[in-house]
Amino acid sequence: MDILNALVVFLNFVFIPAATYGSQLALGALGVTFVYAILRFSNFAHGDTMAFGAMVTIYATWGLQALGVSLGPLPTALLALPVGIAVTAVFLLATDRVVFRFYREKRAAPIIVAIVSLGVMFVLNGIVRLFIGVDDVIFLDGLRQIITPADFKAWSGLDEGLGLKMSQAITLVVAIISVILLFWFLNRTRTGKSMRAYSDNEDLALLSGINPDRVVAVTWIIVAALTTTAGVLYGLDKTFKAYVYFQLLLPIFAAAIVGGLGSPLGAIVGGYIIAFSEVIVTYAWKKVVTYLVPESWAPDGLLQLVTTDYKFAVSFSILVIVLIFMPTGIFKGKSV
Amino acid sequence: MSEEENLKALRNTRGNKDASITRTEGMSTAEPVRPGGHAFPAPGGPFLAGEGMTGGYGRGADILHDCTIAVEKGQIAVIVGPNGAGKSTAMKAIFGMLPLRKGRVQLDGEDITGLAPPDRVARGMAFVPQVNNVFTSMTVQENLEMGAFLRRDDFSGTMEQVFDLFPILREKRQQPAGELSGGQRQQVAVGRALMTEPKVLLLDEPTAGVSPIVMDELFDRIIEVARAGITILMVEQNARQALEIADIGYVLVQGANAHTGTGKELLSDPVVRRSFLGG
Ligand SMILES: Nc1ncnc2c1ncn2[C@@H]1O[C@H](COP(=O)(O)OP(=O)(O)O)[C@@H](O)[C@H]1O
Ligand SMILES: [Mg+2]
Repeated sequence: MDILNALVVFLNFVFIPAATYGSQLALGALGVTFVYAILRFSNFAHGDTMAFGAMVTIYATWGLQALGVSLGPLPTALLALPVGIAVTAVFLLATDRVVFRFYREKRAAPIIVAIVSLGVMFVLNGIVRLFIGVDDVIFLDGLRQIITPADFKAWSGLDEGLGLKMSQAITLVVAIISVILLFWFLNRTRTGKSMRAYSDNEDLALLSGINPDRVVAVTWIIVAALTTTAGVLYGLDKTFKAYVYFQLLLPIFAAAIVGGLGSPLGAIVGGYIIAFSEVIVTYAWKKVVTYLVPESWAPDGLLQLVTTDYKFAVSFSILVIVLIFMPTGIFKGKSV
Repeated sequence: MSEEENLKALRNTRGNKDASITRTEGMSTAEPVRPGGHAFPAPGGPFLAGEGMTGGYGRGADILHDCTIAVEKGQIAVIVGPNGAGKSTAMKAIFGMLPLRKGRVQLDGEDITGLAPPDRVARGMAFVPQVNNVFTSMTVQENLEMGAFLRRDDFSGTMEQVFDLFPILREKRQQPAGELSGGQRQQVAVGRALMTEPKVLLLDEPTAGVSPIVMDELFDRIIEVARAGITILMVEQNARQALEIADIGYVLVQGANAHTGTGKELLSDPVVRRSFLGG
């Protein structure tokens, strides 16, 4: 039995990757929940908005790199992120002006608007492919690893190494900062409170002098910040591939629904639940178990429940189970 | 498809009530006057008046028929009438939550028919609707803050005044309004409306669904508000009690003025007594 080595393997291959992925999903789910709570529909274009924001950030990163600007050990993309957010915000506001506003003014049923967002998704999908193509784009520069497994082994004297990638550390830090900022904004600022009021009761918000057009505009700007940040963090951590963001829509919606659509806290908890489930179910536990059990019990197989090819089946199964047994999610879909 | 059919199709959910992809809770049901309209001078006339108001919901039939409601500065006007008479509709029309097909709304020497509700708030009007009149997911204090949304000055003094008027709200200030009793909610609703320090307060059945004791209490508070110089236009189910404090009373029937007079006149009018005050 060797609990320490088992723990290191667990941290290195399960906990850190799942926490990173969970943070990316949480940011994505926050955006979905935000649109649901305030604009009252499920925005199927969310994943592709992430791709769009990441794409703009990549172009800005390249621009900065060409100018010789760098952040030293930190990826240049962090410096380009505000540009990505700003361009995405303008794009989303334009989309709202051209597409969604029409339906809002006609007071279309939200289900219609949800379907309309599907159309927006296809258009965005095409735009991203037209510009940046369908291939892998790697835009991470600077220091790759904060802690390398070899250093860790030398330092600890253990057989197993523990690594922490720069992209993982950045994801965790940026996600925590974004979430704190968002909660502060919603609960402490005048504009944030007016958005909660609009979400609670549109007519009463209007009677109180709250301008609905302004609430909608601020919502899209925040969605731009959340999607671009999530998209860039995911791209830094893995690679940027246009279609991957479309596929992320499933785990993101699963996360938002598990947590309870409309609840920001639920989106965060849901993000981690989905990420940990996905990693735990698709991880081959042989190594960890071998360290934990007496030698004679050591398993022969990989102890992997399903291969990573099926990772989306995990979110899908959780989604189905939650919708059948607990359709309002963990936090009862409380509005923001 | 005609435009009307188009609109119908857009609003048709085909029975879809799936809360997992859409959220209809809290959605607007009104079709308020659109922003961008202007007020223009209309000197003379009463302080607040809806004159010859005709209108209805969406493309539906007229609900209001040439209905006129007016109140002088610092006075209390009361609208009574049977259920479905159009009392709430008249209040919404005066506040711009329903566009008029004919007629006009006048406030303090200006014609404000074309103003959107937030612009009317900015001009000193406040409205407590009959239903859904608090932000249930927000605390009492946040409800009051939202009432003061348009104010850029320090409104903590006004909030203290509201707490003095309704002491229970001070105790419950951190509690979500949705967790309060019916009477306490009505106090939050009135408190929210008072936060702008309005010149005119529109109250749609402020005592609906509260116990008789709380009702008397609320009436006293409303009189107190009126004494502070705020003009009040109120719809009330408890017609007798309301008319007793009214400077002017309106009886609406089927969206039209049936009887108008001072509170006393209406209370002593045999026809009004027989038909609307239960003898
Ligand atoms: N949102 C609405 N949409 C369509 N019709 C409505 C709406 N609200 C009320 N009505 C209709 O308008 C009429 C007057 O209603 P209302 O003004 O609420 O009456 P009161 O407040 O006097 O009881 C009723 O026939 C009612 O059915
Ligand atoms: Mg009514």
